Amino acid sequence: MSKNLRIINSKYIDQTSRISFKFDGKTLYGFKGDTLASALLANDIHLVGRSFKYHRPRGIMACGPEEPNAIVQVGSDASMTEPNTRATEIELYEGLEASSQNCWPSVNFDIGAVNNFFSPLIPAAFYYKTFMWPANFWKLYEYFIRKSAGLGKSPTEPDKDIYDHRYLHCDVLVVGGGISGIIAAKTAAKNNFNTLLIDDKNILGGTTLFQKNECFKINNSYSNEWLKKEIENLKSLKNLTIKTRTSLAAYHSYNYLLARENLTDHLDLNEKKDKIRQRLWKIRAKKVIIATGAMERPLIFNNNDRPGIMLSSSIKKYIDYYGVKCGQQISLFTNNDSAYETAISLSNSGVSVNSVIDIRDKSNSLIVKQAEKLGIKIHWKHTVVNTNGYKKINSIEIMKLSDDGTTVVGKKMKEGCDCLGISGGWTPRVHLFTQSGGKLKFRDNDNVFLPDKSELDQISIGSCNGDFELDEVTKNSVNLINKFLKVNNNDYENLEIISSKEIDKKNIWLLPSDKPLGKTKPFLDFQNDSTANDVKLALREGFKSIEHVKRYTTTGMATDQGKLSNMHALGIIAETAGVKMGELGTTTFRPPYTPLTFGAIVGRNVGEFFDITRKTPIHDWHAKHNAEFENVGQWKRAWYYPIGNENMHEAVQRESKAARDSAGILDASTLGKIDIQGSDASEFLNRVYTNAWSKLEIGKCRYGLMLNEDGMVYDDGVTTRISENHYLMTTTTGGAANVLGKLEDYLQTEWPELDVYLTSVTDHYATVSICGPNSKKILSKVIPDLNLSDKEFPHMSFKNALIDNIKCRVMRISFTGEHSYEINIQSSYGKSLWEKCFEAGKEFNITPYGTETMHLLRAEKGFIIAGQDTDGTMTPVDLQMDWIISKKKYDFIGKRSLYRSDTIRDDRKQLVGLLTDDPKEVLEEGAQIVLETKKQPIEMLGHVTSSYFSPNLNKSIALAVVKNGKKLKGQKMFVPMKNKTINVTITDTVFLDKENKRLNA
Amino acid sequence: MFLINCPYCGERDQSEFSAGGEAHIVRPKQPTELSDDEWAEFLFMRKNIKGIQFERWNHAHGCRKWFNVIRDTSNDKIHAVYKMGEEPPIK
Repeated sequence: MSKNLRIINSKYIDQTSRISFKFDGKTLYGFKGDTLASALLANDIHLVGRSFKYHRPRGIMACGPEEPNAIVQVGSDASMTEPNTRATEIELYEGLEASSQNCWPSVNFDIGAVNNFFSPLIPAAFYYKTFMWPANFWKLYEYFIRKSAGLGKSPTEPDKDIYDHRYLHCDVLVVGGGISGIIAAKTAAKNNFNTLLIDDKNILGGTTLFQKNECFKINNSYSNEWLKKEIENLKSLKNLTIKTRTSLAAYHSYNYLLARENLTDHLDLNEKKDKIRQRLWKIRAKKVIIATGAMERPLIFNNNDRPGIMLSSSIKKYIDYYGVKCGQQISLFTNNDSAYETAISLSNSGVSVNSVIDIRDKSNSLIVKQAEKLGIKIHWKHTVVNTNGYKKINSIEIMKLSDDGTTVVGKKMKEGCDCLGISGGWTPRVHLFTQSGGKLKFRDNDNVFLPDKSELDQISIGSCNGDFELDEVTKNSVNLINKFLKVNNNDYENLEIISSKEIDKKNIWLLPSDKPLGKTKPFLDFQNDSTANDVKLALREGFKSIEHVKRYTTTGMATDQGKLSNMHALGIIAETAGVKMGELGTTTFRPPYTPLTFGAIVGRNVGEFFDITRKTPIHDWHAKHNAEFENVGQWKRAWYYPIGNENMHEAVQRESKAARDSAGILDASTLGKIDIQGSDASEFLNRVYTNAWSKLEIGKCRYGLMLNEDGMVYDDGVTTRISENHYLMTTTTGGAANVLGKLEDYLQTEWPELDVYLTSVTDHYATVSICGPNSKKILSKVIPDLNLSDKEFPHMSFKNALIDNIKCRVMRISFTGEHSYEINIQSSYGKSLWEKCFEAGKEFNITPYGTETMHLLRAEKGFIIAGQDTDGTMTPVDLQMDWIISKKKYDFIGKRSLYRSDTIRDDRKQLVGLLTDDPKEVLEEGAQIVLETKKQPIEMLGHVTSSYFSPNLNKSIALAVVKNGKKLKGQKMFVPMKNKTINVTITDTVFLDKENKRLNA
Repeated sequence: MFLINCPYCGERDQSEFSAGGEAHIVRPKQPTELSDDEWAEFLFMRKNIKGIQFERWNHAHGCRKWFNVIRDTSNDKIHAVYKMGEEPPIK
C-alpha cells in the first residue's frame, strides 16, 4: 500500500485540481502543477526503471533535464507513443499514460536482473569482446541485445500531431529564467533592446523561486520573495517577450539558435486535439546571454544507484516546490554546503533528517551553523561506504575517512533511511556555450569547466559562469550585463545581499570503501550503467584519450549525454592517469541539449509538403486519361496511359507501336528551356557546347552536347536560333536548374566580357510533341496556314506560327527518330493546344504516350539519355559521338580534358548496343557484362544502361557500356544473373532505321 | 547557419546561398597549350584550409550573382565579401 507523501504547503501545486494518470497500468493521482516524477514520488514510487546493462532497479534521481534514470515511454497509442522522455520534465495532465522502459516482464520483477549476479563477468566493452565471433552471428546477437537494452518503443504509425517552425529575430536573447536571467532580461528590455527570455520550465524563477532561507536575503526579503516581485514587474516591459516551456536545443554559429516550445504537452488529453503540439523557433539574436545555471553532481561510491538515492538539491525542490517528501527518514551525503540547504528545508517541513555525512573536516559557513542550530547531526570527515536495500534503499554504512581521503578507517556505522540525498558540488551548464564553438577553461579550486573564449556576441552569467553564491551571482551578473550591453543599470547595482559563503572545499572523485574496488559498484553513468571500475579498466587496457575511454565504456553516451557523469569520469581518468583535469579536456557536447522529437525537427514539411511538386499545364488531362505518373526531379511526368486492365508493359508496347505506325503525342513541357539573348550569344554557345554554332542559320535547330571541364558528358538538348542574337536552349528535365547555374557561373566569373543574358523559361512554355508518319497531317489540321513541305520546313528547323491567333513556336525536331514536331506555346494555353492536337489526330488514332515509351523509342534509335546512359565518367568519344566534337574550335568547356592521358585510353568503357541470343529475353538495367564465366575472379567489363523489348523490331534491345566496346562489335559476351547466364552479342547502338528515312516519311 | 552579406542584396541567411569552392582559380585562356599536369593543376587541385579561405559563393535563391567571400573555416567567421573581378580587400 503506497503512502501519501504530500505535505500541503506549496503555492505551485493546485491542490483543488486533482489529476488521474496511469503509470505501468496502475491508476494514480497527482495535482495540477506536478511533474510525472513529483506525482510518482508523492505516491511513494521511486522505482521507475531498470538499468541498461545489469537491470538493477533504478529510481528518480533528479528534477530536471539531467535525469538519468526516470526515462519513460509516454502514451500507448501506436501513432503518438513517445519513448525516452524524462519523467522529471513531463507535466502531469489528465489522462497521461506512462510506463517504464527497460524491463521485462515488469519493473518489479525483471528477468534481465540475473545480469546483476553475473556482473563481474560483464565489464566494460563486454559486448564488443564477447560477440566478436563468429562474425556472422552478430545479427542474431544484436537482436537480443537490442531487445533487452531498453531503448523504448518507437511509434509504429504516422504521428498525428501538428508541429510548426517559426523564425524569430531579437536584439537580446536570454536563455534561462533564473535570478541572473531575470536581471539580464529586465536590464536589456529597459534599455530598449528587443528582448526574448526563454525558460524550459512552466514558470520563471529557477531555483531561487523556492529559496526561502535566512541565509539568502536580498534587500531584507527572502530571495524568493524578492525575485517573485521582479518577475511580476517584467509584465510591464514592452520590449520583452517571455517564452516558458521552451527549451533551447541548439546554439549554432552567428547566434543562430533553435528552441523547442511545448504548446500542448501539459494539456489534458481532450484539450490537446487539433492544436500545434510543439513549435521549433529558429532564432537569430544579435546578442545572447546564457543564464542556464548549474546542475548538482552526484557522488561516486559503492552502490550509489539504489532507488531512493537522489540529488540533494532535487529533494529540496520536491519538498519546497512540489510539497512532496522524498522519504520519511532522509540522510544526506555531501562534499559541500548545499546539502545543508536541503537539510534545513526538510527540517522546516517536519521531515526528520537522520544526519548529514560530510567528507570535509569542517565548515563554518552561515548555512552550516543554521543547520547545527536546528539540531541536525553532522558526521564530519565521513563517507558512505555502502548502501543496502534492493528495490529501495533502507540503510547506509558510514566510515571515517583517512587523512588523505584514499581509504576509510575506524568502525563501520549503520544508519537506517528510506532516502539518501547526495551532493557532489555543482557543474555549470556550459553545453550551449560549447555548442556555439566557445572554448572552456578549468577552475581548480572547485573543479569546474567555465566559459572562456567565444567568437560570438554572447556572455554567460550566473552559476553557468561559475558564480554559485547569491552575492556573486547578483554582483557579477550585473557587471557583466552592463559591460555587454554597454548600459548603466542602476536597478540592481546596490542590492543588499545576505548570502552564506562556502569556504571549505574538498573533493574526492571516487570515494573509498572498506571493500576492494573490484568488489564494489560505484556507478558513474547511471543511464548507460558504467562504473568507475569500467573507466579504470579502460585505462589499464591502454586507452588514454578521453574520447576513446568514453566510447569504450559508453560513459556519457546515453540520451542524457552524460550530464551527471562526465565530470566524474574526467576526474577519475585524470587522477588515475596522473594528469591535470584542465589539460585532459572534455568531450564534445552536441545539439540537441535534450532530445528533440522528429516531429519538431520536420515541422510542416511532411506528406505532400515534404518537397515541391511540379505539374505541367497539361497534367489534369493526363490524370483524367488514367496516366500513371513518374517522378522526375520535382516533376510529375505522365509515365504511361494504361487502357482497361493493361499492365505497364502492355501499355508501353501499344504506345510505342502506335507512335511509329501512325501518330503519338507527348507532353514535353518539363524539358528545361533557357532563353539566351545578347550580341555574343553565338560565341557563348560555341564555348559551352562541343560543336560549332556561329554558322547555324536563323530558324534552324541543332543538337548540342555539353561537357564538364573534366571532359565528361554533362547534359544535352536541342538549341534553336530564333533570331540573330536570340537562341532557345533546351536541357534535360532533371538538369535544367543545374545547367542554368553552370552557364551563369561561366558567364559571371570566366567570361564577364560576353554580352549574354540567360533567362529560365521552363515554366513559361508548354511543349506538345507530335510524332509518327501522320504527324504532318495532324499539324496541318491544327495550323493550316503553315507550309509543312520538307523544303520549306525541313527537319531541324523552326517556324513562328499562330494557332487561333495565339503565338507559338514550332520546331521540327525528333527524339524518337520519327517525323516529329514540337510546339511551344504560352503555358496557360498548353492544355487547349494539347486537346486541339488530340482532336485533330483522332482520325489517325493519335496515341498519348508517356516517358517510358519515349525512352523505348529513343533506345531503338540509339539516342542517349544523359544521366541514364552516361554517369559522369563518359566522354563524347566513349559514347561514339566523335562527330559532335568540333575540330576547328579553339576551346570549349571540357575540350582540353578530351586528350588527357586517361581520356584517350582505348580501353575505356564505351557505349554499345546489345542483342540477346534469345530475342524474348529482356536484360535487367544495371546487369554486369563479362567475357569469361569460369575463371575467377570474373572481370566485370561493363553494364547494361538501357534495356527494353522493342515492339517495332519484335525483339529485346539494350544499350550498355563495355570496356573497349567500340572494337568488340559482333563479340559474344555474357550477362550472369542470379539463376542463369544470358548470352548477348555486341552490336551497333542504332537498332532501327539506320538511314534515318523515317525522319522525312 | 551563418549570415552572408551579399554584395548586391545585403545580409541574408546561408540557406539562400550555395558554395562554389575555392576562389581566384582562373580558367586558363589557352588550355590547349597546357601539359596534362598543368591542366590537372587547374582542374583538380583545390586547397582545403583550416583557417582563412578565399571562396566563391552564389546567391542562388536570391539575385543569382556570384561573388567572393573570405571565411575562416575554423569558426565560420566571414572577414570580407567582394564582387567577382575585384581584388581581395585582405591578403
